[in-house]
Amino acid sequence: MCLGIPSKVIEIDEVQRTGRIDYLGTKVKTNFALLEDLRVGDWVIVHAGFAISRLSEEDAKETLDLLREIAEKS
Amino acid sequence: MAEANPFRRKKVIDALIADIREKKNALPSPCRIMEVCGTHTMTIHRYGLQTILAAAGVDMVSGPGCPVCITPAEVHEAAIGLVTGRENIVLATFGDMTRVPTRRGSLQSCVPARGSEVKIVYSPDEALGLARRHPDKEVVFFGVGFETTIPSIALAARVAAEDKLGNFAILPALWVIPPPLRAILESGEARISGFLYPGHVSAIIGERPYEFVAREFGYPGVIAGFEPADILLGIRSILDQIGDKKPAVGNEYRRVVRPEGNPLARKVMEDILEPKDACWRGLGVIPQSGLRLKAAFAAYDAESKYGLDIEARSGDLPGCRCGAVLRGILSPAECPLFGKACSPESPQGPCMVSFEGACLIRYKYKGLGS
Amino acid sequence: MSKISLELGGGGKTMRDFIAGRIVPAFKNPILAGLLDAGHLPSGFAFTTDGYVVDPLFFPGGDIGKLAVNGTVNDLVVSGALPLYLSLGLILEEGLEWSVLDRILRSLRDSAKKARVQIVTGDTKVVKQGQADKIFIHTSGIGRIIAKPRPDRVKPGDAIILTGTLGEHSLAVLTARGDYGLESRVKSDCAPLIFLLPFWKNGVLWMRDITRGGLATILSELAEQIPHPILVEEAAIPMSNPVRAASELLGIDPLYLACEGRAILIVPGPKAATILSRVRKNPLGRRAAVIGWVQDRVGRPGELLLKTPAGGLRLLEPLTSELLPRIC
Repeated sequence: MCLGIPSKVIEIDEVQRTGRIDYLGTKVKTNFALLEDLRVGDWVIVHAGFAISRLSEEDAKETLDLLREIAEKS
Repeated sequence: MAEANPFRRKKVIDALIADIREKKNALPSPCRIMEVCGTHTMTIHRYGLQTILAAAGVDMVSGPGCPVCITPAEVHEAAIGLVTGRENIVLATFGDMTRVPTRRGSLQSCVPARGSEVKIVYSPDEALGLARRHPDKEVVFFGVGFETTIPSIALAARVAAEDKLGNFAILPALWVIPPPLRAILESGEARISGFLYPGHVSAIIGERPYEFVAREFGYPGVIAGFEPADILLGIRSILDQIGDKKPAVGNEYRRVVRPEGNPLARKVMEDILEPKDACWRGLGVIPQSGLRLKAAFAAYDAESKYGLDIEARSGDLPGCRCGAVLRGILSPAECPLFGKACSPESPQGPCMVSFEGACLIRYKYKGLGS
Repeated sequence: MSKISLELGGGGKTMRDFIAGRIVPAFKNPILAGLLDAGHLPSGFAFTTDGYVVDPLFFPGGDIGKLAVNGTVNDLVVSGALPLYLSLGLILEEGLEWSVLDRILRSLRDSAKKARVQIVTGDTKVVKQGQADKIFIHTSGIGRIIAKPRPDRVKPGDAIILTGTLGEHSLAVLTARGDYGLESRVKSDCAPLIFLLPFWKNGVLWMRDITRGGLATILSELAEQIPHPILVEEAAIPMSNPVRAASELLGIDPLYLACEGRAILIVPGPKAATILSRVRKNPLGRRAAVIGWVQDRVGRPGELLLKTPAGGLRLLEPLTSELLPRIC
């Protein structure tokens, strides 16, 4: 099942390429081997224990702006 | 709580629907959109979008978006055979795989051989951990998934090979999303106007693999996320492509999906796996639609290791119509068994078992008056 | 199928079918057929029994001893009986450490004191290494009947009160097992529900504690017994963030998670507000809430419906197959 809600990276072990994420207050051990240049504080999408994509705050903001625009126009 | 999330706010959803209705009314033909992702199916039914969209003139149909469902019964039976026929096997897999009914029962209801067991895991890493902690057992990870999950399964094979973890093997049920789209378009039986592309599969593969849908077949498609507003943004964008007569690969999930996808994840897949022709439940054999471990990893491939000779077919258990549901030509409610002989309590096929199965989702969110 | 599978002990359909199809017919008598958590004996006493195989033995907020006492006590409470006496059967695996057993015995003692019951009889067996997993506990409990549950009196307008947040026991056990790499500070909700006893005299019609199978299974069982559909509002169900997060991460529906110290009360509509405020006065009922109603406006008899936060309606089924093994 795809979890749509992003999780926050709170800990990274560079050697093991693992770490922990915080998901709604619960911390979970996660594998970061599929992402490069990850930093603590990044938001990621996690699937089956692996982080598969980084959330782009810029694009998120654009989408939210679009939604606001559509809602106000109606 | 739900209202605070802008992707679920009623005002936003209503506005998007109004926009969709307006765009649809300007089009001459019916609009039938296929999604190929269990989580899309879930969101659509959970938020009552199926009914609201139908009222706005857009019909949503579910395709082969559930990897558990499309895995042929013979593959499930091979897993059952391993754990019931061999001692000291730990058959590790994701939860709903254990409940799929076959002619040999299910993984959940079968009685393992001495020293063997079925273990539900949440991640391929967990299965590796089991192998490390139990050197006296042979761990077989029954790994099922689309491109979202496949890189992590491939990594598990690589780690096992690097660490020479001889008691670990993978029984793969790995499915690639773009080929069935071609099969569905070529058959034309589902009579669709366009595709909603899966959000997280696309996070891995990017936009390019879908281009043939627009270029070769002239059909629109948009990558969408999993909130109600994401789905509606996707549909709205498909209608724009139809209206402008400009089929393309749109992306309304840009906050997660890059046009190039995740190149590192794809490299992992390419290093460890190779494409193969695969048989999908319902759809039959689709060229280059599956993946298998490369020869270098044969020792970690359960099919080689245990000499499994799986003759997968696309068939269902007698009476079950999961195949037709997966092809998008039968909706769950149209199946004669739905809600009668087939229910979550007594499932006749995987579509009523898997969290991502169209029938289970439809059953759960029966839409008893919204 | 010729052999028993793990599914049989899961609290789902297989187990229910087993009880209805093999147990009840084998021992035909009206007390058993009532299928109460504690059978009402003609003498004015109620009698219950339970087995405990939880893995691991110790988890945040509890252990197998605490579970054994509270589980038995709660079966009596929700069946309308004041818990009085427990029996304690121990099946020990050769090689179990004394320090572990002593710790469990202390926990049994402390829990019995808190629940105001006495352990008056018992038995001890030891089996060879490998023939049991450290320790299994079996109990039975006797209580004095103070009320008779009246599902036959349940009617539209009656309120459904849930005494606290869902799923903490399951999450605590999962965390202790180390499964899924989950970290959480959640403690098991394992507790004696004797504080609910006075409410039998305040008009409560039916009670059940939420164990294996979770809230959805318990309420489905009630729905099957009464001629009116039940409606629950998802937004009204008390749930902590850790349970919410873990459920989403693991793909488990929290409505099916086991608790060990939470109950459902069915109360007449006019009495709901008073009873709710009284339940909330007890620390164990601090997060109690009215989560739904017995009603006739939507659905059909026998149905358990959930109103989602989005406003849609969903049919809730009882648990069909085991979510998490050896959770209690």
